[in-house]
Amino acid sequence: MRNYWIYLLVMAGVTYLIRAVPFSLCKKEITNPTMKAFLAYIPYTVLAAMTFPAILYATSSLISGAVGCVLGLLLALQRKSLLTVAIASCVGVFVTEYIMHIIGVM
Amino acid sequence: MKQFVYGVKDGIPIALGYASVAFTFGLVTMEYGLSWWQATLISLTCLTSAGQFAGIGTMAAGGSLLEMAVSQLVINLRYGLMGVSLSQNVTKKVSGISRWILAYGITDEIFAVAISKTYKIGRGYLVGLYVLPVMGWTLGTMGGALLGSVLPQNISSALGVALYGMFIAVVVPPAKENRKILAVVGIAVGLSCIFKWTPMLKTISSGTAVIISAVIAAFVGAVWFPMEEEGGESQ
Repeated sequence: MRNYWIYLLVMAGVTYLIRAVPFSLCKKEITNPTMKAFLAYIPYTVLAAMTFPAILYATSSLISGAVGCVLGLLLALQRKSLLTVAIASCVGVFVTEYIMHIIGVM
Repeated sequence: MKQFVYGVKDGIPIALGYASVAFTFGLVTMEYGLSWWQATLISLTCLTSAGQFAGIGTMAAGGSLLEMAVSQLVINLRYGLMGVSLSQNVTKKVSGISRWILAYGITDEIFAVAISKTYKIGRGYLVGLYVLPVMGWTLGTMGGALLGSVLPQNISSALGVALYGMFIAVVVPPAKENRKILAVVGIAVGLSCIFKWTPMLKTISSGTAVIISAVIAAFVGAVWFPMEEEGGESQ
């Protein structure tokens, strides 16, 4: 990854400045409920938009991607930990692709 | 010194949570072609979950630096709000250069603990509070990345969905509890699908599509249902 350092610089730099500038310079608190709501929702909307439909295209086949997605959803609904959900999705993909190889559809 | 010790104690549960999430992050970075020290350095310098997940995605996709900067800005904007809020809750001694240094450790969980104190907190407490979570986050990443680099190839190919599995685990539980979050998540996913599957919009890069989808969804949500209290985001 030849651009690693410049990517890291932008990533860490922007993240640091967002923290440092308001903390160091601002004296007033944000009370606007619309602004507060926007900032509270953003992490969820970003992660959701990144996940779907991209998860369907992250593996060798749409079917295995969909299986990984559904498995992840089911476990997340039961409040399983990040590691558990992530591993379950991977196992779902692995097993699905293995079966598809055996029955010759992939 | 006493305050430092208090801070360290308060940081223990945060550190444990961070270590497990960071371990998964480290495991996943291998799939994105990062070496263990590259992943570890990202965790040490950025100290943010969603931002780092998006960041390695942008790196792997070869996204532009502008895309990287905008996505980090949008995802981490909440730290700015927390910084403003936290600035009201520190002693007068925390000023000037101290603030520029201490700003590094503002995360969702650290903020939540720091702001819950009924008295004004000082430098000693904050430094103490940061120590273990930063170690947990950084060393957890290193552990995950080192393990990831020795996994066999056929297993590692299935790891392509691990990152998304993590995202699902972050988003789904609060969306299940809170219908407002469920609504904004639904809008974001809907828009993201439109970008992916509409012929004319396909040419827009995936990173840009995510930012646009997420900002519109959060904005619509904020206008429709403003929030008096922030919902917590798990890091």
